[in-house]
Formats: sequence, C-alpha cells, structure tokens
Amino acid sequence: MSRILCCLLLAWLGGPTAAARGTGDLGLFIERASSSVQIIETSGNTSIGRIEGLGDLSHASVVYSRDARYAYLFGRDGGLSKLDILGAELSGRILQSGNSIGGAISQDGRLVAVSNYKPGGVKVFNADTLELVADIPAAFGDSGQLSKVIGLVDAPGQKFVFALWDAGEIWVLDMSDLDNPSIEKFTGIGRNPYDALITPDGRYYIAGLFGEDGMALLDLWNPAAGVTRILPNYGQGEQKLPVYKMPHLEGWAVAGDLAFVPAVGRHEVLVINMRTWQEAARIKVHGQPIFVMARPDGRQVWVNFALPDNDTIQIIDTQALAVIQQLKPGKGVLHMEFEPRGEEVWLSVRDENRVEIYDTSTFERKASIPAAKPSGIFFTARAHRIGL
Amino acid sequence: MTRSAWLALSFLIMAPLAASDDISGDRQQELRNLLIQDCGSCHGLKMRGGLGPALVPHMLQGKSADYISSVILDGRPGTAMPPWRPLLSPTEARWMADQLLQGVSQ
Repeated sequence: MSRILCCLLLAWLGGPTAAARGTGDLGLFIERASSSVQIIETSGNTSIGRIEGLGDLSHASVVYSRDARYAYLFGRDGGLSKLDILGAELSGRILQSGNSIGGAISQDGRLVAVSNYKPGGVKVFNADTLELVADIPAAFGDSGQLSKVIGLVDAPGQKFVFALWDAGEIWVLDMSDLDNPSIEKFTGIGRNPYDALITPDGRYYIAGLFGEDGMALLDLWNPAAGVTRILPNYGQGEQKLPVYKMPHLEGWAVAGDLAFVPAVGRHEVLVINMRTWQEAARIKVHGQPIFVMARPDGRQVWVNFALPDNDTIQIIDTQALAVIQQLKPGKGVLHMEFEPRGEEVWLSVRDENRVEIYDTSTFERKASIPAAKPSGIFFTARAHRIGL
Repeated sequence: MTRSAWLALSFLIMAPLAASDDISGDRQQELRNLLIQDCGSCHGLKMRGGLGPALVPHMLQGKSADYISSVILDGRPGTAMPPWRPLLSPTEARWMADQLLQGVSQ
C-alpha cells in the first residue's frame, strides 16, 4: 500500500515535465511520402513533433475536436486516425472503409463523419471512442448502386451535408436523434458534383459540378425551395482544357458580398455576387485554379494551380479584382493555410520537400521547414469554424 | 498488304519508341514522381483507387501496354480522366504504362 502511494507521489511530483501550453497556435501538415504528420506551432514557426504510421495519405484531410487538442485525420485508405497533438501521439485508429475522401465533425463535437468512395456512403463515429454510430450507404437509382461521396461538411442543427458524385444528389443527414438519423435527399442537382463547401454562417451549401457548367446551391435555411443552379451559363459552348487536378472548394473565399471560386478547366477565378448569386467578374489567372482561398480579413485571395502550373501562386486583390502579385515557391504547391489572423500563410511545396511560410503583406519568405512530400496544412483555428 | 502485316510493321516502328533507354534517368525520376503523386491524386498513392479506378497489376490484367498508354495520352471522354498528351510524349506514356503493369513500388 505505502509502496503504491509512494509510486503515485513520485509520478505526481516528477510527472509531466513539459510546461503546460495551449493549442491555439498549433496545427499539423500531412507528409504523403512517409505516412506521417508534422505538428507545428505558428508563434515561432517551428515543427514540434511528428506522428507516423498513418497509412495512405493522398488527399488526406483533418478536422479538430472542439478543445483543439485532437485532430481527426481522414486517409485515402479508409483510415480514421485520432491524433493527440499535445502529446504528439496516435490515440486511436480504425480502418473504416476501403477508400475514403474526407470528413467532418458535428456541431456539438461528439460525432465524426467520414465520406467514402468505396463502399460509397457516409459513416458516423463517436468522436471519443471511434465506435460506429451510423452507417449511411449512398444508394441511388433503381438498382441501389452506391455512389462515391464528396463535399462532406457539418452544418448547424447537428447536421452533415454531402454530395453524391455518381448520382448527382445532395443529402442532408440530421444526427440530432442518434437512434433515428434522418436524411433529406435532393436529386437531379447536376452531373458529377466534385466538391462542395458551406458558407461560414452555415447557411448555403454549394456543390461544384465537373460534368456540366454552373454550381448547385442549397439554402439550408429554406430547404423547401430545393436546389437551384447558379452560374448556369458559365462557359457554355467553350472548350474546356484537360483537368489534371480537381479543384477544391474547401476554402470559401468571401470578401464583402463577393465569393471567389475556381473555374473548372479554365484559367479563371470566378467572382460571384452573393446577394444575387450572379456572376460578378472573371479574373484571368496563370493556370487552372485548385485552391482559391481568402486571407481571413478577405482583402486578398491566394490561388494555386494544377499541373503544369503548380509551381506558382497568384494573389488577387479583392477590391481591385486583379492579380497583384505572383510567387514561384517551387514545384508542386499543393495547399495553403493562413494563420488565424492572416499575417502569414503556410504553403506546402511537395516536390521540393518543404513547407514555406510567407508574410502576406510583404510577400517575403519568413521560414522554411523540411517535409516529406507535404500536402494539406491544417491549423487548430478550424476547430471553431462551421464547415471546417 | 494484309492487316497482320500492317500490324507487324507498326510494331516494328513502335517498338523502339517504347524503349526506356530513350528516357533519361532524370526524366524517369520525374515521371515516377508524376505517377505516384499526380496520378495518385485520383488513383491513390498506392494505385488502389480513388475518384479514378485502381491501377494495381491484377486490376489491369488483360489490358495491353498500348491500350493503357493510349488512355494516358487521350484520356477517357465523359470521365474525369484527362488527356496527358500535352504533357507527355508517347514514349513516356508507354513507360508509365509499363510501370503500372509491373506494379508501382514505393
């Protein structure tokens, strides 16, 4: 007894040697080549740890627990990993499907949902234990074929919204009653939705279409109005360029009433007036845009590009609606993440095996961190934003 | 000339093109990176599939290197597979097809 007490006392006295720290300036980036993530901090711009053994991380993405201590990592191979970014260790991992594409965390932080290509559908897990809570196969048509699922986001009201690539549908999954999840389906929204986003207020869900022009808009405040098509005439009759990489819509770039989105198969960024949902402008850019992301204050929009132009970044001034700066960070610029208040931005430069940090006012490089084929970069500020 | 003779002749013309000696070591390195990282964006880093189908050897069984390189060069209209002809020569596409048939090791 006294021996146990002694041990406990020793453990308490000599216990964790690391100083207590918050997680608000932490984040991580994916290293595709080594199936790992590096944990970073944005106050001194350094790498502070690495977690390995995370499977196939092509197209991997991350959401954070509401306490911003845990990262849920969605891997290509169907792996769902729960990472403790304070302890720099893996705290749970399951293989939940054969092939997955992304995920989301519920409004209350208790549920994590994953969108799967194979078998097509969405699975919902307990965020603490990673136990399965709901399995939603994306069956469509008369044959009950399963569709690949894309564009999964959380929405207010303990909802998850996602789109069906093969079926051309948008589904709203309501998880507020855990025993009786309900689904509202919107069919015929357009061919091959490739990605989707939700506005920062959680009101509008917008899916980009690969198979035809325009985008599908769902007003979650007025679902009875159904899905409407916006920018329906964009690019009609024009020949698209080959698309070497699907654009992403994750970063909803908003400045005032204007939204900025990548045009599919064209060297243009589209500007949408969010009051009227009409096209407000087209901005010519260097290549086919992949990510079109607004600095948190909305004054700048940063754009990266598909092959063969993926060595370049362009910066758009959202007042002038014009490109004001061009950077060449190196080959394979895959992703960008702004620090929470936007004074610096992190870029992953895959083929150079570096993550680079730029000042967004001087456009000077501030720091560079060695990385093994880095891709997605995710900071904990996402923990408190709808749809991220 | 008979059809088979034409085929034989086109083979004679095509065959030297497909030799990997024509692609420098540096370029092979670039193509390998392209195959794993960029083709991998849709087909998976380990070619086990994603938005695009799996391209591991047993899934490609019965498909010739010529067929695979023609899909690489010209894409598949109506799907998300783009034509890579603007970025790859026929020799390079054939080299990549051979890599896929052998299995892309990491």
